[in-house]
Amino acid sequence: MEAPRRKSNRGLVARLVLMTAGSFAFGFALVPLYDVFCEVTGIGTRAELSRAATADASAPDVNRTVVVEFTASVPDNGSWEFAPVVASMEVHPGRLYEAHYTAHNLADRETTGQAVPSITPLRAARYFRKTECFCFTPQKFARDEQRELLVRFTVDRDLPPGIDRLTLSYAFYDVAHVAGGAG
Amino acid sequence: MAHGNEAAGHGNHDGPPKGLVRWLTTTNHKDIGTMYLVFSLAMFLIGGLMALAIRAELFQPGLQFVNPSFFNQLTTVHALVMVFGAVMPATVGLANWMIPLQIGAADMALPRMNLFSFWLLFFAFMLLISTFFVPGGAPAAGWTLYPPLVLQTGTAFPMAIFAIHMMGASSIMGAINVIVTIVNMRAPGMTLLKMPLFSWSWLITAYLLIAVMPVFAGGVTMLLTDYYFQTSFFNAAGGGDPVLFQHVFWFFGHPEVYIMILPAFGIISEIIPTFSRKPIFGYEAMVYAIASIAFLSFIVWAHHMFTVGMPLAGQLFFTLSTMLIAVPTGVKVFNWTTTMWRGSLSFEPPMLFALAFLFLFTIGGFSGLMLAIAPADFQYHDTYFVVAHFHYVLVPGAVFGIMAAVYYWLPKWTGHMYDMTLAKWHFWLTAIFVNVLFFPQHFLGLAGMQRRIPDYPTQFTDWNMVSSIGGFGFGLSQLLFVWVIIRCVKGGQRATAGVWDWPHGLEWTVPSPAPYHTFEKAPELH
Repeated sequence: MEAPRRKSNRGLVARLVLMTAGSFAFGFALVPLYDVFCEVTGIGTRAELSRAATADASAPDVNRTVVVEFTASVPDNGSWEFAPVVASMEVHPGRLYEAHYTAHNLADRETTGQAVPSITPLRAARYFRKTECFCFTPQKFARDEQRELLVRFTVDRDLPPGIDRLTLSYAFYDVAHVAGGAG
Repeated sequence: MAHGNEAAGHGNHDGPPKGLVRWLTTTNHKDIGTMYLVFSLAMFLIGGLMALAIRAELFQPGLQFVNPSFFNQLTTVHALVMVFGAVMPATVGLANWMIPLQIGAADMALPRMNLFSFWLLFFAFMLLISTFFVPGGAPAAGWTLYPPLVLQTGTAFPMAIFAIHMMGASSIMGAINVIVTIVNMRAPGMTLLKMPLFSWSWLITAYLLIAVMPVFAGGVTMLLTDYYFQTSFFNAAGGGDPVLFQHVFWFFGHPEVYIMILPAFGIISEIIPTFSRKPIFGYEAMVYAIASIAFLSFIVWAHHMFTVGMPLAGQLFFTLSTMLIAVPTGVKVFNWTTTMWRGSLSFEPPMLFALAFLFLFTIGGFSGLMLAIAPADFQYHDTYFVVAHFHYVLVPGAVFGIMAAVYYWLPKWTGHMYDMTLAKWHFWLTAIFVNVLFFPQHFLGLAGMQRRIPDYPTQFTDWNMVSSIGGFGFGLSQLLFVWVIIRCVKGGQRATAGVWDWPHGLEWTVPSPAPYHTFEKAPELH
């Protein structure tokens, strides 16, 4: 094969290999992009859901009542009893409320649990504000320990009309073997 | 295999070395093309055996032959083998054989890399198939490998991930080779817009491969670190999200389905003009249609995951962008049909397969449009309707395209005409049974039968029986295909250089069988 063609082949191969490397990097860039995308559009708002919010000081909207339901689930890597104390509450948007969950470590060792919250309907998620929540930090449990876990929340007054029922759901993971905490 | 020492008479170069060494050391594009095609045929039969085991189990409700866990391994590995082992290598084999002949190049641009990518693929599949024999069995989470389910795979997990890395590297190298060949090695005067459509379709496919295979490699690497190094890319407990994997996977996965079908589009665009004895209608529109389909494939991925929860704006975007693909695809179907309009048609086996492609691929396209509609998809998702849809676009779509190509170029490869009568028998059996096999799956899906289950409620029995009968008919018919090919390799009526009545393109200017070395001196184009 003549030299100029060999040279131009080499140049093109180099560019294509660079493209391949770029695509590989893009695959990993999708991880932070996914979080950014979720945050900007408010879809899922995973990070926001696990972060403390400040309650607005404005007066509660006592003319509006919203039902907040509580559910719990335990993924199969954990050995817990985990459940809400009450199944649902009626709340007025703008007022601060408290709710409790109970957790019982059934594993015969001490372990750490991490709750991951989610709100449905999805479009209501950004209007649900937690000022304090056991989901913000990993929860250490001694062997056979049982205790109540607290969440303080308000429902924003700007909650779109038409939503009169929210479900707060926690999945409670055993994170004894996971590096890092919830982000 | 395709040609022996008789090739020496046509060129002034030595023929290939004899025996097994030839296949281990060859860098000849024709030899490598042959190896890819034979490998792909072997994988097609192995993947087919798994499909027959699945259809045997589903012949009746209840568990007859396999346990549910093995059933899941079968569906998973069947899909991986057919996608990465049968369809993709077949189109790579065709590219190796035909692109240099179509553009007047002496060989592929990077012959040694070419050989390396073939053997990489070979060992990737030996590794993948060997997972059936390790403790815990083969991967069983479906070819989409969704976490957290896939993280429950046993010993097979790292083997499957490594196999995927190897086959990905192999495809990327193949793609780089195709691009460099087409960009740098065309004969003087062969401008891009004079290039045959099969080569065009492969040029675009190769760019798709380079853009998305590495993303998939990245995604499975994240699975690997989640499994072994306690990272939390897809682990909600550590702040990750399993839905992210679905986005990464389908960002690769949707272009991947076009990687399988675009070369078939190219093949059909070669065959229909030949047997209509008319140039293709709207050549440039065909090129732009392939390019638009490739572009659109990057912005529609989330239509595979409507049910994971998505805001209305997302559902609308992905519904509409998906339906937009019907426009360039419609252009292609229209141009193929218009090429036949007032043509002088004849119905040799390649044309029969091309016509069946045209009808049956379009059916698959229509069910794709139904699935594109987000609210309707909620009903169809993960049912046999989806199974019917993607098998219609892949089997009578991509696979029929490949079979048409084999029947079209086989005389060029072997120098012999094949048995037309047997080939027509193969066509009719295949075309009838493929519909008996997959059409009832539409009904099953609409009636609510889920995919990936070894057992089902009794009301689905009748159509499952019909489908299984179709499956066995289809599978057995392929033995005829193998027989026709073997007979054609061994002998038969001598083929002329042109082979067909109305050959067009450079590949028909070289003798049949194509000599071991062709276009060492670039051909004159006029």
